[in-house]
Amino acid sequence: MAEGAVALAGGTDLMVEVNFGHARPMDVVALRRVGELAEWEPTRIGAGVTWSRLERHGPIALAQAARTVGSPQIRNAGTLGGNVGTASPAGDGLPFLAAVDASIELAAPTETRTVPWHEFFVGVKRTARVAGELITGVLLPEAMPERQAFGKIGARNAMVIATVCCVVTRDTSGATRVALGSVAPTPMRAWRAEEMISSIDKPSESDLTEFARLVSEEVRPITDHRSTEEYRRHAAGVLARRLLDRCLR
Amino acid sequence: MFALIVEFTLNGSPTTARVMSPGSALDVLRDELGVFGPKSGCEQGECGSCSVLLDGVVVCSCLLMAGDLQGSVVVTVEGVAGDQIHPVQTAMHEAGAVQCGFCTPGIVVAAVDLFEHNPHPTGEEIKEALAGNICRCTGYGAIVRALEGLSEAAAR
Repeated sequence: MAEGAVALAGGTDLMVEVNFGHARPMDVVALRRVGELAEWEPTRIGAGVTWSRLERHGPIALAQAARTVGSPQIRNAGTLGGNVGTASPAGDGLPFLAAVDASIELAAPTETRTVPWHEFFVGVKRTARVAGELITGVLLPEAMPERQAFGKIGARNAMVIATVCCVVTRDTSGATRVALGSVAPTPMRAWRAEEMISSIDKPSESDLTEFARLVSEEVRPITDHRSTEEYRRHAAGVLARRLLDRCLR
Repeated sequence: MFALIVEFTLNGSPTTARVMSPGSALDVLRDELGVFGPKSGCEQGECGSCSVLLDGVVVCSCLLMAGDLQGSVVVTVEGVAGDQIHPVQTAMHEAGAVQCGFCTPGIVVAAVDLFEHNPHPTGEEIKEALAGNICRCTGYGAIVRALEGLSEAAAR
């Protein structure tokens, strides 16, 4: 992709910027009809796969996340690659990628590289992608956790940007992962909560309470027009605990 | 500014339009082609009043870049009917599911999309399918009732 050119996928982020006069891209590479980008294999989801397709055929927690994105209109247009490229702290698809340790595939004219999610997301709407690179897909591990759950808290069910969103996964071994969105500049994992709960075969009520407390402690939310730091911190723990509970059932 | 010529199918007719800026398909439909069914409400994909069918699925035309119309098949509310008005339109007309009418074209298009993919939706499915369409008259009750009636008729 030419340097300075803007990649256009579903348009659900970029066109809002254009319509409100915040962006006026002169070189646009429209990707909607590039069939290769919409290809989907078990361990690789093409960047051009829409939320509508993820909602129907995605891994459990990613499908659940897809269902909460925008509205039918938005899900028919918006793509996973767009979510990754925008890198909003509230990106609904990003906690899943963090939970399963996905990597981002980036293609430049001369080489293709893959970057682990935690190196890719570097700040609010900032990524490791460099000029000329195009996000072409996300790479998933071969073995998916058996139990997965996504949850999102917001002011209404549809067309809502998450106040907190979260994915919890758990293997039969007990290995548990907790990834959260909207509570830090980038999607994040609650490592200490994971470590604590993964070693417990059948968590008790007090274990779950401690798990929630650790999640609330680890998140790094801010106060903004959508919510307060305090509420997000509290909600993150409650939501993670609820999702873990679902994984344990 | 840049000028592009886009060729696409609009409501069944081959259509050519001149695109002068990185603006939206909605602006091209309304300002260049005089197709006024899709309305300009929020311009950020929230309200659904600009809904069109793009290659068979409902999208917000305000979020579609005009240049991206090239080669596509677009149906606006003007094109959903065949020889007779669409059953969704009949149902909404008979139920009085229209107040000021601004949201109506988008609602009709979203409902046509729903019934094409799911001829017998439940009340919940109808509400979910219309989650991206805002009616500021808050006339949702009649709209949902109209479509529930259509769904029941389809089941019979």
